[in-house]
Amino acid sequence: MELIKQRITLTVNGQKHELEVPTSRTLIDCIRYDLGLTGSVEGCGVGVCGACTMLLNGNMVSSCILLAVMADGADIQTIEGLAKDGQLDPVQQAFMDYGGFQCGICTSGQIMAARSLLDHTPRPTPDQVKEWMMGNLCRCTGYYKIMESILQAAQAEAAQ
Amino acid sequence: MNSFRYLAPRSVDEALGLLAERGMDAKVVAGGTGLINMMKQHLVNPEALIGLGALPGLDGLARVDGTLRLGALTTHQAVATSPLVAEAAPLLADAFARTATPRIRNVATVGGCLVHGDPNQDAPVALLALNAEVTLASRGGRRTLPLATFLRDYYETAIQPDELLLEVNAALPPPNAGSSYFKFLPRSADDYATVSAAAVLVVEEGTIRDARIAIGSCAPTALRCPEAERLLLGQPPSAELLRAAAETTRAIANPLSDGRGSAEYKRAMVPVFVRRALEQALARAVAQH
Repeated sequence: MELIKQRITLTVNGQKHELEVPTSRTLIDCIRYDLGLTGSVEGCGVGVCGACTMLLNGNMVSSCILLAVMADGADIQTIEGLAKDGQLDPVQQAFMDYGGFQCGICTSGQIMAARSLLDHTPRPTPDQVKEWMMGNLCRCTGYYKIMESILQAAQAEAAQ
Repeated sequence: MNSFRYLAPRSVDEALGLLAERGMDAKVVAGGTGLINMMKQHLVNPEALIGLGALPGLDGLARVDGTLRLGALTTHQAVATSPLVAEAAPLLADAFARTATPRIRNVATVGGCLVHGDPNQDAPVALLALNAEVTLASRGGRRTLPLATFLRDYYETAIQPDELLLEVNAALPPPNAGSSYFKFLPRSADDYATVSAAAVLVVEEGTIRDARIAIGSCAPTALRCPEAERLLLGQPPSAELLRAAAETTRAIANPLSDGRGSAEYKRAMVPVFVRRALEQALARAVAQH
């Protein structure tokens, strides 16, 4: 069967890209293989694990069950866009300082979800962190350190 | 995933035109959390997708007289966090807030949820208890039908290939009503329910004046429970009465065995969760006095 393609425009981490993609291309594959941004990873492929979490027009989404054509015209933020002028984002810094990751597979998704949480709720309670992050799975079960990292990042941002 | 054409209409009229031409081999996609998964598994292989992302005016929540109108493209997160819904129909806010994860709720829409026809979803249970109606449009005109009629079977609804779901209208309970949505989740917080139950009760002068009960995850579609409702109407509320009414729901449960429980277990849990939903709805109704 002929592969049907379509032209789309994506703004990724502030940079505009015009590309031609197969209509069946998922957003995660487009970001990884068409744009070469491999910080986001695909885990379960069915929207459950959160490894592919990125921000679409400011809201976190599962990029493995979203088609690139559905994101045409959207503003997308991935882990590669978080550091500014060589400075890590406070969430990234806190994950490093407080051991918020073990094997690292889920980390970019965890950090993007946490970034989205602090954008919406700058001073979350531990319960709000749990509720927001419930869809980001860590198979190393490092949840305590992830929680701590996010709460510390919130404090660091509040102090700025 | 098979290859397909992707069409992004800019108006409802344009979408209805596309559906009239190629509705038989096209699928409509909104958030895609249901459909894209089915396409990845080759369960659905449309020749064209009609994406609603660029369609203005189909989202939003509004109170119109005694009705809550939910636009088809309203996201689950918008319903779950709406102050209007929390005040006017708290069980609806509960049902949408307990669906999947915040990440899925950000994109999954009200219309997509209903058209998907998955009997394990939360929203249809709460919407049934609110006597919801769905409005469908095609180039030939519009029609409105009760949600109870719209939901037909596993992943099957009354929507026709040339139709688009525009909005859902839920009848708001009176201010003195008590309502409740219970979702039994023995595994993880983002799972589908093992069974779920919604209840709305109105109690005036010591008598149950209105009772609406719906159950989910225990039959080919979410179901209303008319026999239980009849038992309650006109009676003074008591623990025994609620238990007897809940017990009648066991007979209409027709669940499948899956990782969330055997059919036998789910059938046993249906009256338990209906009773809990009724008890909570009653406590809330009494607290309104």
